[in-house]
Amino acid sequence: MQLTNRAKQVDRRPLNFAEKIYLPAVLKGMGITFSHIFKKKATIKFPEETRPFSPVFRGLHILNRDEEGRENCTACGLCAVACPAEAITMDAAERLPGEEHLYREEKYAAKYEINMLRCIFCGLCEEACPKDAIYLTETFAPANYSRQSFIYGKENMVIPHPKENPEAFTKAKGLIDERKAKASQQQ
Amino acid sequence: MILLAVDWALVLEKLIFIAVIITISLVVALYMTFGERKVAAWIQDRIGPNRAGPLGLLQPLADGVKMFFKEEIIPTSSNKVLFILGPSLAMITAMLTSAVIPWGDKAELFGRTITLQIADVNIGILYVFGVVSLGVYGIMIGSWASNNKFSLMGGLRAASQIISYELAMGLSLIALLMITGSLSLGEMVKQQQEGWWNFFLQPLGFFIFLVCAFAECNRTPFDLAEAENELIGGYHSEYSSLKLGFYLFAEYINMFISSAVMATLYFGGYDILPFYDETAWGLSANLMALLGAAALFVKILVFIFIFMWVRWTIPRFRYDQLMNLGWKKLIPLALFNMLVTAAVILFLKK
Ligand code: SF4
Ligand code: SF4
Repeated sequence: MQLTNRAKQVDRRPLNFAEKIYLPAVLKGMGITFSHIFKKKATIKFPEETRPFSPVFRGLHILNRDEEGRENCTACGLCAVACPAEAITMDAAERLPGEEHLYREEKYAAKYEINMLRCIFCGLCEEACPKDAIYLTETFAPANYSRQSFIYGKENMVIPHPKENPEAFTKAKGLIDERKAKASQQQ
Repeated sequence: MILLAVDWALVLEKLIFIAVIITISLVVALYMTFGERKVAAWIQDRIGPNRAGPLGLLQPLADGVKMFFKEEIIPTSSNKVLFILGPSLAMITAMLTSAVIPWGDKAELFGRTITLQIADVNIGILYVFGVVSLGVYGIMIGSWASNNKFSLMGGLRAASQIISYELAMGLSLIALLMITGSLSLGEMVKQQQEGWWNFFLQPLGFFIFLVCAFAECNRTPFDLAEAENELIGGYHSEYSSLKLGFYLFAEYINMFISSAVMATLYFGGYDILPFYDETAWGLSANLMALLGAAALFVKILVFIFIFMWVRWTIPRFRYDQLMNLGWKKLIPLALFNMLVTAAVILFLKK
């Protein structure tokens, strides 16, 4: 019975002299390896060059600010609820009079922590957020010596202030816009 | 006291020359490890070491320092004296061969004529053979002293392999000796300078010699003595630190020296071009000696490249294949080559 036409008859004749002395086969192999010397190398010289990420890559989180530098997050906890890995913890606090330039909403996150060792970078927090506050970027957590250092607080995640560091702020905003554009493309 | 009237200048000259040659072999071997990694990388479409120093050129130093700072372990059940003797012997015998290789023509320096050869022994090639077969003692003693089954197995393999291939090598050489009529390497190079390179007279002999040289150096595809997969490193599996370094390094020096021997025997040694009389250029003796030495080094480097190229092309032989190739293919071929050469010489003489 023939299932496919890809079957190949195995040649079981005894080796002839040229095959027994291995030389022709060895020379042929050497020809192949020599040609590889001049082929394009597959190596990416990592710290200097990086491999382009896929458009759906999800890396470390950032917390967004608005144009006046106020933090967007209102500590509603929707991201923490959405998080399947339970990586997000936060403490909410009420905005006091005189703090309007710091926080956009009346309630804000006094503490906002993501445990990057728990996080599975699914991006559900980003999807859950009603306040345009949390985004995943195209960076990944660098290696470190202690577990503690993988718990990222606000100081690691909130993007730069537009007045203090306008350049970095525009850059971060650019990343977020890019991300939004990609997300809308996928829908 | 006339007996003690030694030419001290000669002794000094030779000592300096020995130091130079040993330094050169060590540096070349050092950079061969680097070259090996580079060639391997290129063949596998990679780049290879490029981080330590410019273009990765300090990589061998980093490797050496790493070896040096590793913990030195001598197994309790081993024979300590032999355990240390093994790698030392491998290293020493690897270096010894360089004594009879003519590295270049005569040079004039400080009013003295200096031969660029440590000792032009009239049995040069026999000396090479003797020392090379001593080299296997380094492996055997080390593997025996390790008191480890796998090491011992590696040592046994190395010994039987060397014996098998030494025969074919010797036979291929006999054909060569019938042509040159001399055992001295210096003499052979002179003949090749005037006439043809021996390769053109003995292509088959050269090929047999090349294969046997691979086997003698324990290089892939004949590296059964240190087969990583089945013998976990073979004879050096118990070794660590600098003693392991010695073994690995001896392999590279052996490769360098056998490349030099092949270049000398079959490719005219320090002769620059085949079928061409270089004296027609009318250059000074010193310059010619320098150019000759450079030519020899180019040939050696080409051979070293071939060693590496083969290593990264073909896998290791199975043990029965190795023995079959040695005894049933190479020895009859070498005998055939010898008989044909003898017949041709006899015919031409008539
Ligand atoms: S990316 Fe997923 S796992 Fe990570 S914090 Fe957000 S919701 Fe949780
Ligand atoms: S990041 Fe968004 S979802 Fe999470 S607490 Fe802040 S506002 Fe709510």
